[in-house]
Amino acid sequence: MLAKRIIPCLDIKDGKTVKGVNFVNFRDAGDPVELGAQYSEAGADELVFLDITASHEGRKTFTDLVRKVAANISIPFTVGGGIYEITDVDRLLNAGADKVSINSAALRNPALIEEIAKNFGSQVCVVAIDANYENDRWLCYLNGGRIPTERTLFEWAAEAESRGAGEILFTSMTHDGVKEGYPNEALAELADKLHIPVIASGGAGKMEHFRDTFIQGKADAALAASVFHFGEINISELKDYLRNEGICVR
Amino acid sequence: MEVAIIKYNAGNIYSVDYALKRIGVTPTITADHEVIRKADKVIFPGVGEAFTTMEYLKSNHLDKLIRELKQPVLGICLGMQLMCRYSEEGDTDCLGIFDTEVKRFVPQKHEDKVPHMGWNTITDVKSELLSSDLESRFVYFVHSYYVPINGHTAATTDYILPFSAALHKDNFYATQFHPEKSGSVGEIILQNFLHI
Repeated sequence: MLAKRIIPCLDIKDGKTVKGVNFVNFRDAGDPVELGAQYSEAGADELVFLDITASHEGRKTFTDLVRKVAANISIPFTVGGGIYEITDVDRLLNAGADKVSINSAALRNPALIEEIAKNFGSQVCVVAIDANYENDRWLCYLNGGRIPTERTLFEWAAEAESRGAGEILFTSMTHDGVKEGYPNEALAELADKLHIPVIASGGAGKMEHFRDTFIQGKADAALAASVFHFGEINISELKDYLRNEGICVR
Repeated sequence: MEVAIIKYNAGNIYSVDYALKRIGVTPTITADHEVIRKADKVIFPGVGEAFTTMEYLKSNHLDKLIRELKQPVLGICLGMQLMCRYSEEGDTDCLGIFDTEVKRFVPQKHEDKVPHMGWNTITDVKSELLSSDLESRFVYFVHSYYVPINGHTAATTDYILPFSAALHKDNFYATQFHPEKSGSVGEIILQNFLHI
């Protein structure tokens, strides 16, 4: 049976993990390769590395980091941030990434999805959507949630799928950081409307939230950052819990 | 031990390179016929589209070379599909090492998403590639086409329907999943292959 996936997300700035990382036994708490390897060891099914550097120099550092991750970690990983054109995708895949995640660039230039799918296959192309629930609809945002658009979640996700997206990574800005659970109603609606996997993101605070997003939200995978980084939830304990709840996990 | 990874116009070749290096073997990535023929082990990886890849192999005479190899050969994902007789992807005549066809997944219900992507279990494992302790372990898949169960099936996975997760015939071994991305289970499989 296909397992539900647990995906820790690491924000990378100038080659180091940012957001507090509260792990012990680390030579360097900010080393994304070591952190990724620890998560992999603990049972993470995939990893996401988001480049939040703005500078050109930072991009080069990130590409070097992707190479190190590929050399040291034996599970699939997605990279995102700073991907605007097909040459960025080519560079990151050549460095060893398995998938790329595109967000604002896809909203600004939806044809980029088709280009990626055509050149590298749909399985490489994760379309990330940041949306906020306001005025009775899920509005999509650009630039890490700073600029609202005219697009809404369900129609944009459907368009992304039709253009060749391999997965949708939906982050609810309404739920992100609140730790009261994932937006399961919207996720279930996405699952019903789409034919590609949906990754739930934003809102995980306790283990029950993962169970609920897999059952009520019909999510294929759940992504989280701080609950893992701060050690509030241990991945192998989470897997045991989900298994006991009757959810298929690796 | 000399391990050759066949270099062609497909992605993910370097993932296999990295995975072998992690278990202490440095492979040669090459399209050189002589180097491939002389290697102790040959790996035929692949992520890509069947028709264009087959055309590429033919134009470089790699199709004939792969068919005639005598040492252990491991095909991965698209590599495995190309080792079959025919693929529905691009209506492609393939290498014909395994006398079976490759079909596209047809969703039976709404929850059946294509591609089959993620971690799934392998069952009914046989052949020295897949030791019995790997029964029911999870490995990583990404594919939209599958090989039906046939006389060469060396492991089975169930997604929409039971299909071949691995094949074995004589010196030819193949996995639909990616051992190079399958964590510790994948490392055992690669090690088993190197020990054949």
